[in-house]
Amino acid sequence: MAISKPDVLYRNISHKPPETNWMDVPLEIKPGRYCYAADPGPLEYVGMPNPRKWNPKDDDWKLPENWKETFIGGMKERLEKFRSFKIFMDICVRCGACADKCHYFIGSGDPKNMPVLRAELLRSVYRGEITKAGQILGRFAGGRELTENVLKEIWYYYYQCSECRRCSVFCPYGIDQAEITIIGRELLNLLGLNIDWIAKPAANCYRTGNHLGIQPHAFKDMIDFFCDDIEEITGIRPEPTFNKKGADYLFITPSGDVFADPGTYTCMGYLILFHYLKEEYGMDITWSTYASEGGNFGFFTSHELMKRLNAKMYMEAKRLGVKWILGGECGHMWRVLHQYMDSMNGPPEFLEVPVSPVTGTRFDHAASTKMIHIVEFVADLIKHNKLPLDKSRNDNLRVTFHDSCNPSRGMGFLEEPRYVINKVCNNFFEMPLETIREQTFCCGGGSGLNAGENEEIRLMGGLPRANAVKSVRDRHGVNMLANVCAIDRATLTAMMDYWQPDVGVTGVHEMLGNALILPGEQERETNLRGEPLPGKEEEE
Amino acid sequence: MKAINSLILVLALIVIAMLGAGALGIEYLFGVIIPYLAVLIFIVGFITKMVGWGKSAVPFRIPTTCGQATKSLPMFKDKWSRLDNPGTKLGTVGRMFFEVVLFRSLFRNTKVELHPGQYVAYSSSKWLWIFALIFHYTFLIIVLRHLRFFTEPIPGVIVFLDQADSMLQILTPPLFISSLLILVALGYLLLRRFFVPSMRYISQPADYVPLFLIISIVVSGMLMRYVGPFKTDLMPVKELAMGLVQFSPTVPEGIGLTFYVHFFLFSVLLMYFPFSKLMHMGGVFLSPTRNLPNDSREKHHANPWNYPVKVHTYEEYEDDFREKMVEADLPVVKPLEEKAEETSENDEKKE
Repeated sequence: MAISKPDVLYRNISHKPPETNWMDVPLEIKPGRYCYAADPGPLEYVGMPNPRKWNPKDDDWKLPENWKETFIGGMKERLEKFRSFKIFMDICVRCGACADKCHYFIGSGDPKNMPVLRAELLRSVYRGEITKAGQILGRFAGGRELTENVLKEIWYYYYQCSECRRCSVFCPYGIDQAEITIIGRELLNLLGLNIDWIAKPAANCYRTGNHLGIQPHAFKDMIDFFCDDIEEITGIRPEPTFNKKGADYLFITPSGDVFADPGTYTCMGYLILFHYLKEEYGMDITWSTYASEGGNFGFFTSHELMKRLNAKMYMEAKRLGVKWILGGECGHMWRVLHQYMDSMNGPPEFLEVPVSPVTGTRFDHAASTKMIHIVEFVADLIKHNKLPLDKSRNDNLRVTFHDSCNPSRGMGFLEEPRYVINKVCNNFFEMPLETIREQTFCCGGGSGLNAGENEEIRLMGGLPRANAVKSVRDRHGVNMLANVCAIDRATLTAMMDYWQPDVGVTGVHEMLGNALILPGEQERETNLRGEPLPGKEEEE
Repeated sequence: MKAINSLILVLALIVIAMLGAGALGIEYLFGVIIPYLAVLIFIVGFITKMVGWGKSAVPFRIPTTCGQATKSLPMFKDKWSRLDNPGTKLGTVGRMFFEVVLFRSLFRNTKVELHPGQYVAYSSSKWLWIFALIFHYTFLIIVLRHLRFFTEPIPGVIVFLDQADSMLQILTPPLFISSLLILVALGYLLLRRFFVPSMRYISQPADYVPLFLIISIVVSGMLMRYVGPFKTDLMPVKELAMGLVQFSPTVPEGIGLTFYVHFFLFSVLLMYFPFSKLMHMGGVFLSPTRNLPNDSREKHHANPWNYPVKVHTYEEYEDDFREKMVEADLPVVKPLEEKAEETSENDEKKE
């Protein structure tokens, strides 16, 4: 399906809903807005229910016979397991504060993308099938029966929510659609209604250790390639170790950094940093091919699968006997690590409270989880003047920073990346306040929605971010969008190509890798992308 | 339609009160039995709901963080974020205080507009916040003011509230500012549901019913105080109210019909409360995205229903990829030995 040009798409956005009662608006599964159904293979591999071939465009979704009881039963169970879910089902007053906060609503105008209505899709079933008032009064109490069409509608719209939590910032009761979507998807998964782009990475991760299904030797090969490139650029070859027992620290990053541009340049940044720390301070950081994934597509499937995938981190840390774990730049990965990991698979008694061996700083705020973010670790290094940096090597960049949803609203990780960015480049500009920090917008492809077939809704959802970038590009000539998330690096690249083709996308550690001066390095002619450094263009 | 149905429902309630307490003359039902029942249902229903929520588990710490984490490196301390992203219990109490008392989150509200030339604009939009505040606080004041009917002697605070509320000294008896403001606020809350298309689209009867109900309560109350034919003698009303609180209910003569309408509608509101969205009053205190400190990396929080799960162990992984790992010079735990493989194959055959 061809996607209209940006100006046409923009002009056609209407925020005016139909006059019909939303319960009577028939569901239309539009191409470009849904993801392909999960194949049976990946579901079987991780033991999820009802694996089969099916197609959302077909009338028959091949649901299990008792699908309705399973769904309602699953809801009842989760109402007791999650207070959040129970309260969010009960107390919404439909004040509408969240309505225009969703990037998918802003960009598509589809009224069922208003968080309040997305929640009502499930709430109406809760009322109609579970609460007394709804069972007796039906529609007058906002209840409806769970039919196949209702189920399909929930599926369609719950895979058009990227669990970004922006609505939750504005809700006077903190109702979090991400939480409702997480549980809604968990219910859908009881019936085998996952999407391919989540199920396959999750199964891959379970088997090979990472989403992309990269096997151990290929994982090492990729990193060797980066080392070749680094050697070519700097004259120095990093010597990373893998699965090394007795290493001091374990490093885990999203596998996107190893496999997809421009994440790969960020990965080169990590390698340069680790090489420097090893040479100067003897820091022994190892990579794991077994726990070679920071991201967690289980999080987009069910709480159980999230736990099963996440378990590898602590298991590997224990096996290798490291002191603590360092985590790479990633969004939802960090929400899982920050808000879930310790309760799911911790506390890891076998690890130590993270202390920077270089500065002696104790990361007490990670005293239980024993895992710290590479950006906070680096911020501390820079604060103590432990990294020699040549900012001017990033002088060709005019940078703005995209806060990723999860570190912002699930962690409060706002200043750390800004601090590092300001230390590694000279030109930094903030986007409008309503579009950054806790009010930041999704890249359009979070929570497992970065598939190809749903490109239209992704680009629509990317509008608020792209437009904020446009404003700093017009005002300050910004040409680079920095972020600390692998999904961002993948999604924003395509999204900027569509909306603002002259702005690139980078990870923070790519800029750090460019700025960091390695002892004994040759004079660099190019940056990590192989582009001439500022001032070196003429020599080309 | 939803609004009309809701309005009809509330009008029907008014008719019921008029017929019951008027034509049928069963004042005792409307003055004593239903109010007692209403209070009982309200209290039991409210507590049941809260306990029901309370019993539900909180497996994970999921605060929505709305500022820099206070539990981060000391170099990033930001004093304001303590209220938007607290790391301690005390900070969380502060966050809840601002949320409940000043509607902090609603204060953030913005309005998005898509301007020609690909320009997405966000403007501050505080109207909902302002009118929501006015509505809730005037409602509170009005409820407190009514305590003058249920107390003897009337506590000084209530007397003061009454005087402050009527300090404009217009009309006789003097107009209560709160009555006027609550009508304005209710009008705003209702009209936005009528005229803002997205609001009309999301609104349910459950949104209109309480609005019509409260408007009717306010209007009937004001009629009793200000408008000639509806004016009500307050002495017998107070007698009835005191009888109720002293558990020796009597229904004095000479209470006008308007009072029974007013009293009945309020009783209905009380009965409706625990089963409706109005329970946000209690629920907001239990919302896990607001009432938990952001300290989930610092402290272990047990998930009460945590259970062991099936994982893919390193050993299974190595078994799967040992050959490739050895070829790529990756360390392995079990060495790759052809003999060992043959033995295990033989073992399997034996079995």
